[in-house]
Amino acid sequence: MASRIRCAIIAIATAGLGLAADAQQLNITGAGATFPYPIYSKWFDEYHKKFPNIQFNYQSIGSGGGVQQITAGTVDFGASDYALTDKQIQDFKDKRHLDILHFPTVMGAAVPVYNIKGVTTQLTFTADALVGIFMGKIMKWNDPAITGPNPGIQLPNAPIIVVHRSDGSGTTFCFTDYLSKVSKEWETKVGRGGSVNWPVGLGGKGNEGVSGQVKQVPNTLGYIELSYAVQNKMTFGKVKNAAGVFVEPSLAGVSAAAAAAAKNMPDDFRVSITDAAGKDSYPISTFTWLLVPNKIPDAAKGKAIKDFLHWMLATGQGMAAPLDYAPLPKPVVAKEEKAIAKIM
Amino acid sequence: MTTTSTWNRIRRKSVNVIMLALTALCTLFAAGALVFILGYLFVHGARSLDVNFFTQLPKPVGETGGGMANAIVGSGKLLLLAMLVGVPIGFLGGVYLAEFGGTGFSFLVRYVTDLLNGVPSIIMGIFAFTIIVLPQKHFSTLAGGLALGIMMIPIAIRSSEEFLRNVPLALREGAMALGASKSRAIWSVVIPAAKAGLITGLMLNLARVAGETAPLLFTAFGNRFWSNGWEQPTASLPVMIYTYAISPYDDWHQQAWSAGFVLLALVLGVNILSRIILAQKGPALR
Amino acid sequence: MSASPTTIDAGPPASSGGASTFWKRLRAGDEVSIAITFLCAFTVVLVTGLLVYELWGKSAISRHAFGWNFLFTSTWDPVAGQFGSLPFVYGTLVTTALAMIIGIPLGVGAAIFLAELAPPGLSSALSFLIELLAAVPSVIIGLLGIFIMVPILQQVVPHIQEALSFIPFIQGPFYGVSLFTAGVVLAIMILPFIISISREVILSVPNDQREGALALGATRWETTWNVVVPYARNGIAGSIFLALARAMGETMAVTMVVGNDPKIPHSLMAPGYSIAAVIANEFAEAPGDLYQGALIELGLVLFGVTILVNGAARLLVMSTEKKGSK
Repeated sequence: MASRIRCAIIAIATAGLGLAADAQQLNITGAGATFPYPIYSKWFDEYHKKFPNIQFNYQSIGSGGGVQQITAGTVDFGASDYALTDKQIQDFKDKRHLDILHFPTVMGAAVPVYNIKGVTTQLTFTADALVGIFMGKIMKWNDPAITGPNPGIQLPNAPIIVVHRSDGSGTTFCFTDYLSKVSKEWETKVGRGGSVNWPVGLGGKGNEGVSGQVKQVPNTLGYIELSYAVQNKMTFGKVKNAAGVFVEPSLAGVSAAAAAAAKNMPDDFRVSITDAAGKDSYPISTFTWLLVPNKIPDAAKGKAIKDFLHWMLATGQGMAAPLDYAPLPKPVVAKEEKAIAKIM
Repeated sequence: MTTTSTWNRIRRKSVNVIMLALTALCTLFAAGALVFILGYLFVHGARSLDVNFFTQLPKPVGETGGGMANAIVGSGKLLLLAMLVGVPIGFLGGVYLAEFGGTGFSFLVRYVTDLLNGVPSIIMGIFAFTIIVLPQKHFSTLAGGLALGIMMIPIAIRSSEEFLRNVPLALREGAMALGASKSRAIWSVVIPAAKAGLITGLMLNLARVAGETAPLLFTAFGNRFWSNGWEQPTASLPVMIYTYAISPYDDWHQQAWSAGFVLLALVLGVNILSRIILAQKGPALR
Repeated sequence: MSASPTTIDAGPPASSGGASTFWKRLRAGDEVSIAITFLCAFTVVLVTGLLVYELWGKSAISRHAFGWNFLFTSTWDPVAGQFGSLPFVYGTLVTTALAMIIGIPLGVGAAIFLAELAPPGLSSALSFLIELLAAVPSVIIGLLGIFIMVPILQQVVPHIQEALSFIPFIQGPFYGVSLFTAGVVLAIMILPFIISISREVILSVPNDQREGALALGATRWETTWNVVVPYARNGIAGSIFLALARAMGETMAVTMVVGNDPKIPHSLMAPGYSIAAVIANEFAEAPGDLYQGALIELGLVLFGVTILVNGAARLLVMSTEKKGSK
């Protein structure tokens, strides 16, 4: 009993201490995508050093979570690995009576990773090979669709064990978007999404789940986020792009894909850059966006967000590459600079 | 006849030894799993533990010297609130079931408690989100503490009821023979007699809730900075562990293990401390 | 004084009316105690009711779209908007059953050892540590599951499959992640609940019970198994109910080792899925009301499954009670 009273006193005391909060501190909350969390946390930290009275608090609860929260109005901005659909934009309008704006920040990619007994060289995959494997139609490693582009590499007569993401993710959206573009059959039977009805395969939770399974089970093929593959030194393969060139997944390849799309960038920045044109383009790439309402009620917060976006385009982009994120191509940056003015 | 009874005795004695050995084996397995997990956390987590961990705010990846000071304080606040909510309701509910309960209503309460216990933690988070965060339009420590508190209720009720029931009838009758009213007997005699079990239940409950992540994602949310008072989002150890463990970076993985180790150490600390404090007040706790 | 012999407080005689006895009882605290504790017990029912109400409301869109078919369909297609709960219900039931089959004997056995046979110091120390196991965050257990348990099982399971080749439902290719792996991981997670509470309950069995049995010539084990454990049976059953609930609702650790394949496999060694795992996996990223509604409806289904499983377990316990002597 006495300890409970003690607890209550401590609670009230801490609350009291807490109430003496710094009145000049501006707190801005954001929620959403997990993929760019490392670079966002770097940006917000640097920005806080520059402006100590502004705190951007971003939490990675998932792209869907970000869309939910910004639509519900519990956060000041959202972040998502997939652009909102027309229905979601309308939903936002109905609930918040505002428009939602997309601001691309960085790019990423989905890369095929594998673990085959005895194979240490880099494999090359064509679009047909990837579609066939994930559809369950190509079932063995020594299938001609795979051995064809890889002459000289001894592939075993063993079944391919497919590993995909079990949790909803922008990486999955990017990968299935690519598969839908290169295969009508995939588009009709499975389609694109953060979560899909996979014809075959095991599901791993998160990048670490997929990479864990690929590392431990022989003869597996999975896909994971580029930054994850690079940081964890995994074996990944090249993919044949729309121009017929076999491209290694890399920041340069991703930027090239975005540059091709940059020329025809729509005003709302909602664009898919998978299977992009250009000989250097890596075909399984994607933007990630910040989602900001076009009118922010708190004037101080609105100004802070706009200032941050300018800073992100000018200075923040330089911090992306060291963390294995592809920075935005210059035409996109220029267009976005102008678009920031749309926030009132 | 002597042979059958000797044979019988030998059989019973061997069964005795075998079963003793088997139960020892079970304990070995359980303790072994635990020692392994703790050891793993120690090796991977304690290694990179330094003062910074307890005093610094988190830093972005690649920068050294970051810590989880705000998460430690945040977890403390959340658990405090959870206990203030969950323990009284659970404990007093357990008292009702053990001491005053009739049949129909008590059966309902027990059944419902078991159901509540089985609700996945993420749904508890969604529930707390719907009833607190949405109306308030912001995340808060309050919402997180409440979600955890509700999760504490079922175990608190069940374990309180169990241990109160175990107090022998003789003690209760003795108290009432001395002239105490029923409730006087309960508060002054029965509950103190059940103290050891009640504390065990409380610690188990606290331990379980201290490691929960999913309910906090949509309620306490998270915070890279210090959180003031009860109405702001706050960082917490389980959420930090979750966020860092699934990231690509090795140094964040390191921090996740360290945080896991610190979490366990804190729970152990509270456990030991509370037993010491309560041991000073009454009959020796086992 | 004609004060009744059972009260110290020599108030007005009992015959002076209901009001004064009511106040006497109130001062003595009985009414207040009953009222307060009753309110707390009722709060639990209230909160659960509110929870079900919210789940019901938020899943409305999905319930209207699929009706009862939701319970019997196996498709889970977020893109096409087709959702069915059968594979998840199957997985939840199977992993929970496995966890119970492995966890109950281990847990009760360890509790018996710690309570009856181990020296008190060792018993307390080990008990402390085992309680601590409950505090290990689910995500850490999941990670350890992937990186430690899966490789170990990959070595061990093929041998088991060979040795027990006459059992059909454990054959088939084994990838490390499976319903079985999830069952083992769950068993480890529920051990602290069973061991801690059972140990306390067994410790509180009065010594005269033990002494009586020993005096009659029983061995240690016979005393424990035939006298002490039945006496503590209710407490042990209570701890098992707690463990059962935890196993059914566990999310993170399961999703990392179960394989996350929404199918109903013929073998325990194949990958599967569970309700809690799919909700945890997909809720944060689920766009759209129908998708979220379907996930919440799964939560409702889990509630229903829990009601049934709990009901069945209670009947089981009650039937053994009728047979037994307590």
